[in-house]
Amino acid sequence: MPHTTLVVIPAYNEEEPLPGVLKELREQVPEFHVLVVSDGSTDDTAAVARRSGARVLELPVNLGVGGALRVAFRFAVRGGYERVVQVDADGQHEPLVLRQLLVPIDDGADLVIGSRFAEGGELTYAVSATRRRGMAILRRLVRMLTGQRISDTTSGFRAFSRPMLEFFARSYPTEYMGDTVEALVNACHAGFRVEEVGVNMRGRGGGAPSTRGFRLFYYYVRLVVVLVASAGRRPRTP
Amino acid sequence: MTWRAHAVLVIAALITMVFVLRLVRRRDLRGKYSLLWLATGTVFLVLAIVPGLLDWIADRLGVGYAPAILFGLAIVFLLLVLVHLSWELTRLEDRTRVLAEDLALLRGDLDDEPG
Repeated sequence: MPHTTLVVIPAYNEEEPLPGVLKELREQVPEFHVLVVSDGSTDDTAAVARRSGARVLELPVNLGVGGALRVAFRFAVRGGYERVVQVDADGQHEPLVLRQLLVPIDDGADLVIGSRFAEGGELTYAVSATRRRGMAILRRLVRMLTGQRISDTTSGFRAFSRPMLEFFARSYPTEYMGDTVEALVNACHAGFRVEEVGVNMRGRGGGAPSTRGFRLFYYYVRLVVVLVASAGRRPRTP
Repeated sequence: MTWRAHAVLVIAALITMVFVLRLVRRRDLRGKYSLLWLATGTVFLVLAIVPGLLDWIADRLGVGYAPAILFGLAIVFLLLVLVHLSWELTRLEDRTRVLAEDLALLRGDLDDEPG
C-alpha cells in the first residue's frame, strides 16, 4: 500500500529550522507524505515548506499546537492515511527514529509516545527545574487517572493509528498541554492502547522554549483542574 | 457572623465549585474559564471555614463591619471575571475578522481561476 503514512509537522514561525527537517525527512523516510501546518505564522514558514515539497495547510489565526494537530488529523482522515507521526519543526526529533514509533502501531497500538525518559531514550539537552518538577507531577497524575506508567507525558513526538485519528479528529483537546497530557488520558479512558518507546531527542535547532515562569505555572494549574474534574469520565462516543 | 451565616457561605461556595467542575467535566466549559470561579469559591470557602479569619482581616483593614469584606471580595472577583471576558471577547473579534478576511481573499483567488 503506497502512501499510507503521513508525517505531520505543526509549525509556528519556524522558517529557519524547517528546511533542514524537511530535507532529512526526504532523505531518510522518502516514502512518507509530509504535511506542514503553519499555525498562523507571520514569517515565511508556509512558503519555505512548499518549496521543500511538503503539503501545506495555513491556519489564518494562531490556534496552538492542539489546533494545528486537529486540522492535520482531519486532513489525514479525509486523505485515507493509515498512520500519522507527529514531528516537531525545530529539529528535536530524528527522522530515523520515526520508524521505531511506527513498529508498535503495526502491532496494534493506537497511540505511541516517543519518550525522552523511557528505556532506550536519552536526553541530550537541559530541562529547567520548574519544567522537570512539573513533568514529575504530571507523570504521577496520569498514572493515578489511567493506571498507566507514561514517563514522558508532554512529548510531542508521537504516532497515531487510524482509529485514534478518527477519534482525535472529532475530539482533540486544543489547549496548551491539553494537546499532549489530556489527549493521552482521553485516549486511555476511551479504551485505546497507549504505548511508549524510548527515543533520543536533540536540543532544539533554534528558538527558546515556548513558555516559562508564571505562565507555565498557570498552564499546569489549568491542566490539573481539567484532568481532576474529568477523572473517571467516560468520553461521549459520538 | 453567626454559625448559620458561615454554614450558608460554605454551602454556597461548594455548590458553585461543584457546578463549575461539572461543566468542565462535561466539556461545556473550557479550563481557562473555570479558574477564576474556582478561585472565588476557594477563597470564600476558606473564609467561611477558618474561625476568626474574617474578623481578623476586617480588624487589620480597619473595616468595622466584618461581613462587608465578603461584599468587597465578591465585587473584586466579579470585576476580574468581567475583565477576563472582555479580554477574551476582544481576542475573539480580532480572530473572526482575520477569518473573514481570509475567506474573502480565497474567494478572490477562486474568481481569478478560469472556468
